[in-house]
Amino acid sequence: MSRRSSAALNLADAAPVFAALGDPTRVKLVARLSADGPLSISRLSEGTGVTRQAITKHLRAMDKAGLVRASRHGREQIFELEPRRLEKARRYLDQVSTDWDNAINRLRSFVED
Amino acid sequence: MTTTMTETMPDTDRIEKKVVLRAPRSRVWRAISDADQFGEWFRVKFDGTFAEGKSLRGKILHKGYEDAQMEIEIERIQPEKYFAYRWHPYAIDPKADYSKEPTTLVEFKLEDAKEGTTLTIIESGFDKVPLARRAEAFRMNDNGWTSQIKNIERYVSA
Repeated sequence: MSRRSSAALNLADAAPVFAALGDPTRVKLVARLSADGPLSISRLSEGTGVTRQAITKHLRAMDKAGLVRASRHGREQIFELEPRRLEKARRYLDQVSTDWDNAINRLRSFVED
Repeated sequence: MTTTMTETMPDTDRIEKKVVLRAPRSRVWRAISDADQFGEWFRVKFDGTFAEGKSLRGKILHKGYEDAQMEIEIERIQPEKYFAYRWHPYAIDPKADYSKEPTTLVEFKLEDAKEGTTLTIIESGFDKVPLARRAEAFRMNDNGWTSQIKNIERYVSA
């Protein structure tokens, strides 16, 4: 059963990603990085209504979960998205969904004569 | 195929499937609420019969996963209407202890349909694997990641 196989491994991978996204500010940061590409902490803090320190803390947690990647440009730290991790997380639910579709097809053959 | 499947977006706490089966409700009910029949189409062999509050172990019959077991706890049985159990949705490693990990709830709802029986299957609780909800906002399509930004924006501004 693919569900208890590939998906199982995917979820183990995905769990920290979901946890790292467990905050609206982080979702916004991901949206921003996705739209505008790599950005500095100050740029990312603009217009968020959240302090720079708080943004930094969020970014660190996201970095730890492999959602974003930090690099240094001169004195500034630049963050960019690591979309592969997000893709993995998303794929887990797709897998669960597909497994249910398959199970339903088997149920259909089972009950329909 | 007369299947109509719906999936709610961008909710990632739950996966919902709705299908019309061309079979009487009593037939569909047996296929779901009888452990042996459930096992036939789900491909699992349970160690007992279904009853509310009961925990069962099932031996997975899929090729390549013969060592894997699944455990379910039956939550609710309302004859010909509703059947629900909890499980660990990714518990396949025979050596791992999943008992402390969050479970998802799997619900089967049956209704009469003109052509037979409407079956709704809902698996929910993925958010307890925290915030799967967010991840669904990042659903990719053929256009790739950036095209999904509109979905994300719609989602975060909602």
